[in-house]
Amino acid sequence: MKRLVFLIVCIQQLLFTSLLFAENAENGFDGKLSALIVNSNRQKAVAIEALATLDDARVLPALKAMLDARLYYRKQDKQIVYLLETSSSVSISGVISGEDLGVVEKNTIKKIRINNKLRRILRASISSLELTSSDAELRLNSAKNLIKVPNKTLRQAISAAIETEKNREVKQSMQLALAMIDIDSDNQPLRMIAMQVIGDSISPDAVNLLARLSQRDEKGAYVEQNQEIAELAENRLKDAKSQLKFFKVIEDFIFGLSLGSILLLAAIGLAITFGVMGVINMAHGEMIMLGAYTTFAIQQLFPELIQYSIFIAIPVAFLVSGAVGVLIERLVIRHLYGRQLDTLLATFGISLILQQAVRMYSSNNVAVISPDFISGFWQMNEAVAITYNRIYVLFFSLIVLGVLALVLKKTLLGLQMRAVTQNRAMANSMGIHSSWVDALTFGLGSGIAGIAGVALSQFTNVGPNMGQGYIIDSFMVVVFGGVGNLLGTFFGAMSLGVANKFLEPYTGAVIAKIMVLVFIILFIQWRPRGLFALKGRFVED
Amino acid sequence: MDIKKHSWAKVGAKALGVAALSLSAAITQAADTIKVGVLHSLSGTMAISETTLKDTVLMMVEEQNKKGGLLGKQLEAVVVDPASDWPLFAEKTKELIEQKDVDVIFGCWTSVSRKSVLPVIEKLNGLLFYPVQYEGEESSKNVFYTGAAPNQQAIPAVDYLMEEEEVKRWVLEGTDYVYPQTTNKILKAYLISKGVAEEDISVNYTPFGFSEWTTRVSEIKKFGSAGKKTAVVSTVNGDANVPFYKELANQGISAEDIPVVAFSVGEEELSGFDTAPLVGHLAAWNYFQSAESEANSEFIAQWKKYIKNNKRVTNDPMEATYIGFKAWAKAVDKAGSVEVDKVRPAMYGIEVSNLTGGIAKVLPNHHFTKPVLIGEIQADGQFEIVSQTTEVPGDAWTDHLAESAKVISDWQDPAISCGNYNTETKKCSGQNF
Repeated sequence: MKRLVFLIVCIQQLLFTSLLFAENAENGFDGKLSALIVNSNRQKAVAIEALATLDDARVLPALKAMLDARLYYRKQDKQIVYLLETSSSVSISGVISGEDLGVVEKNTIKKIRINNKLRRILRASISSLELTSSDAELRLNSAKNLIKVPNKTLRQAISAAIETEKNREVKQSMQLALAMIDIDSDNQPLRMIAMQVIGDSISPDAVNLLARLSQRDEKGAYVEQNQEIAELAENRLKDAKSQLKFFKVIEDFIFGLSLGSILLLAAIGLAITFGVMGVINMAHGEMIMLGAYTTFAIQQLFPELIQYSIFIAIPVAFLVSGAVGVLIERLVIRHLYGRQLDTLLATFGISLILQQAVRMYSSNNVAVISPDFISGFWQMNEAVAITYNRIYVLFFSLIVLGVLALVLKKTLLGLQMRAVTQNRAMANSMGIHSSWVDALTFGLGSGIAGIAGVALSQFTNVGPNMGQGYIIDSFMVVVFGGVGNLLGTFFGAMSLGVANKFLEPYTGAVIAKIMVLVFIILFIQWRPRGLFALKGRFVED
Repeated sequence: MDIKKHSWAKVGAKALGVAALSLSAAITQAADTIKVGVLHSLSGTMAISETTLKDTVLMMVEEQNKKGGLLGKQLEAVVVDPASDWPLFAEKTKELIEQKDVDVIFGCWTSVSRKSVLPVIEKLNGLLFYPVQYEGEESSKNVFYTGAAPNQQAIPAVDYLMEEEEVKRWVLEGTDYVYPQTTNKILKAYLISKGVAEEDISVNYTPFGFSEWTTRVSEIKKFGSAGKKTAVVSTVNGDANVPFYKELANQGISAEDIPVVAFSVGEEELSGFDTAPLVGHLAAWNYFQSAESEANSEFIAQWKKYIKNNKRVTNDPMEATYIGFKAWAKAVDKAGSVEVDKVRPAMYGIEVSNLTGGIAKVLPNHHFTKPVLIGEIQADGQFEIVSQTTEVPGDAWTDHLAESAKVISDWQDPAISCGNYNTETKKCSGQNF
């Protein structure tokens, strides 16, 4: 009896809701939403644009979900749903009703597929809806998206938004977005105004458009009908190009410093083991790799602390790589002091062993996640953008260098290290336990390589071979800068980085690298002790 | 001291003797098995990709043995490690054929390793199945190419971008070695034949393992701002891809602005990084794990069970290995022998169902028919298939380079029986690679 009542109530409710929605089924949210279930991408595009014109609070979340590939439909009744995925199960909720439809099998639902073209349209539609958002960043993003995809139907909305906009930066972007629409209109005075706005911008899309407007056909006449606009476009394009050239130099310089800071990080550890101790350590790259794998391990162990994982990884990686370094020194290298060729071969063997050991754990590269504050870029102006990770790594390498210099100059260990390297016999007779100082020095150099590994895990692959890519560069930096001199390592790294990046646009990456290498070989012929040669008696032996 | 050394030497000799005895015992015991050589690097740089293929062959051997083997005999896999060392590939091939006496070899990944094996395998009359997409311009009597030739991957991918994304300007970005160089040469000729202007094509190479992409990406960005829709065709090799995509994402280039279509990035490579910023970038292959077919679901389940890891993915070279193995097994059955000279003629015309629901047919030029799939990268590291062609026959010598267009390969027709037959002079050059 109870069941029957329940059933009746259910049917009643069903009838009621369907009646309620029936009146605007075709043109309302429901109808336009279900128009998304088609195979043809062209029809989907039409459906998205129709949906975006609706004044309904449910539109924006639905479009966003579609962009994030979370919009599905249930195969049995073609109801469009949101996908809520957790690591263990898949549950869905209705888009129209908003009700929770519970856990389902993944094969009972089907994704509403999108491709790049649809993504562009979706982004533009979402942008048009977010133009009036209260968050300035969202408005700026919307305006920037609308610059990329000019859409005549949004003209009204954009000009209305400009009227009320207070934020200068957002307003400029909106004006550019409006100009990108107006430039394609038939109203010539309006086009001229738009041209002025576009001409003042050096954003890639504006420069794109200027290039298009100033195109000439085979006879040398402008393709653009309006002579005045074409001429203006050509003039402005010239200005924009010379401005871009200037920014390109700045950009190259920054890229060079950033490459330099990566080289510096990789080489600092070697500056200790090779520069100060004179050990040709071919396993240096593997110390970097161990540091990077430590970062990965920390992220696996503390998944909830991913945002801070790097800060935890820095000391841990120092300890791990440092400990391995001390172990290598105690077990192998200390027996080989004074026999450089043997050290080279032994450490090369160790590097192969370490690589293969990691490979036995997993031969694949592992994914190290970048914390949010590292991702993204800083837009210096419309032409130059610098990614945050490059800025951080520059400062990070300077800090590491500074701390190391302090350790060498101001601490007892540093004093003993310098004493041992300058005159071992004398240091011994002064009561310094020189063999332990050797071990600790090697450990320090390896530990710093481990820290470099943490930073490099944000830039490149973390895999068994990652160390190989850095070993040659590190030796190059240390030899070029002057063996046994931290300042030399700094200038060596930075000048090689900048030289590389200025050559690259002209010669390509392959030739640039060769040229730098040849340059160093010639330079070493001229100054065998590098940029900053150590002076004094102890240099001779 | 001397005595000690002596006794050690004795022990060593004894141990060696025992080892040799057990080895010879193993050999006599294995006398009536069919031996399958596996020539994939298990150490060195290429181990990342090749170890998976070794496991795939072992899985196929195990499956075949469960079904009762071939010709009433059990199969036995002989695994060697050429250690990503190209000349070592030739030595190991010799070892496999002459000392281990294998009947067929599955192996190689990079083109340079295959080129190193070619003279040896031709001289010793072995049989190699090569499972990776490559640059073409080759057809050896002793090699079957189960991966894609350029007309089965590169050209259809470019066609897709031209039609669907209306791309007018092209960056051909590659790693500096033979596969990207040859592929880009073919692509450039093809694009020009399609009416793309020379100044709208930019070709660039970077070294192996390149990680400093800042300048290149910002140049691509500049190249892309000339008022025409731009796309990147990437033949960038495995390891350099992660920093490349990271830099693209960091500099704010999304797939909607400048799509990148890659020929060397598959599910395995994507499992090494966070793909959220890469959604929409493309790859062209003959197989994606996301292909919906019964055979594929079975294969994925079998693989996950065999490798005992639910997170492992499948990829295109694995399917190529699968197709190659099945085709060889059928040919052996048909020929009733494992002798190379009998198996090879039996191969032609053999049909194997591929994992995407079609048929792979062995052609007289030692290539296969394969469908071309274009996929968009998704946030979960899988591809969503946005385009799929019918099966395309593999073309050993491309039609888009003048000197290769007139060359064909046909090992079945007794009148030709040549891997490099010039249709104009009606002569076989004898140089098959």
